[in-house]
Amino acid sequence: MYWTSWLLAGLAIALAWPVPVALSRAKWPATAPFAAMVLWQSLALAGGLSMIGAMLCYGLVPLGGNLAAGLGGLLDIFLGRESLDALGLVHAFALSAAALLSAHLVFTLWLTYFRINRQRRRHRDLLALLSSPSHDRPDTLVINHEAPVAYCLPGGSRSVTVLSDGLMTLLSPEELRAVLLHEETHLTQRHHLLLWAFAAWRSALPWLPTSRLAQRAVSSLIEILADDVALRSVSKSTLVTAIALVASGPARLPATALVGGGADQIDTPATTSARLSRLLAPTPPLARKLQALVLAGAALLLALPTALLLVPGMLGG
Amino acid sequence: MATLGDLERAVMDLLWEHPEAITANALRDLLSQRPSGDGDGQESRPLAVTTVLTVLSRLEKKGLVERERSSRPHRYRAVTSRADHTAELMLEVLGSAPDREAVLARFIGTVSEGEAATLRKLLGRD
Repeated sequence: MYWTSWLLAGLAIALAWPVPVALSRAKWPATAPFAAMVLWQSLALAGGLSMIGAMLCYGLVPLGGNLAAGLGGLLDIFLGRESLDALGLVHAFALSAAALLSAHLVFTLWLTYFRINRQRRRHRDLLALLSSPSHDRPDTLVINHEAPVAYCLPGGSRSVTVLSDGLMTLLSPEELRAVLLHEETHLTQRHHLLLWAFAAWRSALPWLPTSRLAQRAVSSLIEILADDVALRSVSKSTLVTAIALVASGPARLPATALVGGGADQIDTPATTSARLSRLLAPTPPLARKLQALVLAGAALLLALPTALLLVPGMLGG
Repeated sequence: MATLGDLERAVMDLLWEHPEAITANALRDLLSQRPSGDGDGQESRPLAVTTVLTVLSRLEKKGLVERERSSRPHRYRAVTSRADHTAELMLEVLGSAPDREAVLARFIGTVSEGEAATLRKLLGRD
């Protein structure tokens, strides 16, 4: 149990700093966006699990040789069958920290969900008054504004894609189709759920390098995934032109940054540059064998802290 | 049959056209003067003031309409103009990328000569 806690702590530190830094610098994720996305999710989950697990195991050391025995001992203390003195101050502190961190993560996830939902509701209310349905496309709203803008507003069966007048005058019909295919992919692949989870992860642990790097990587990867789906139906030059025109279009807006969440679909300049680079200087997709390797690695990464927590208990009967 | 959403929209359109506060009665009269959108020639049922009041209180809850309580009956006005609300929406969408116009300039600065040439060719194709 003692060694388990140190192994988990080592894993937590590795997943909090060197591993995500290396992954964020790697070039291959753009050539295997799906595998990279799975890896980032596994990294975040395994990181959280080992962080909490390390503190939990360390806290339970005086109470039992494995997780099950330790938790049983803890229950005895709560039921008054055992004295709290068995635990000691340091271990009680570790247990409290594990409980607090778990509660903090769950609470932030929940809070982020409500914040995003509130912003989305407000956005939807305003859209209902300010936009009109597109004549020729289902689930598409047109808003009267000269800035070229396209985004999607997720909401189950009420999901819509919003286009601006400016975009429709700027782009040719084929380029517009590319943009719509891109936005619809965000909706069908449920990218807003990924953005939600990683936004919550970041606001829960803003000082952790992994949460910042993961959020940036994930928002860039979903754009790449959506571009790839659009590329199945439109030519590469059409998509590149559409992205470039939208990025360079007139956006006469005050330069105030707002927290995204209402629209949930935000391109940063860095992301746009990365998308264009990838399309203009194409690199072949990562070999299937390597992609499978990445996916296996992601599974292993998640299995490692789980096994460290559970296996000693199983072996010990 | 107009839905509550359609009515909200019609009420907001009227309030945006009339910057000075107006009463629910006056709004009802303006609403019934409007040509009905469906154009099927059917005589629509006159709108009740209570319906207008319901719509107004819904809009008030959404923070789009404010009420002057100093006079009786209460007068209503839009909180901000239509353009301000549109700007609010656009800000939310574009907000995190305030230097959007600089994207391409920055991009051109970081790409290789080949990439830049491809991009120029694509954009100058018309």
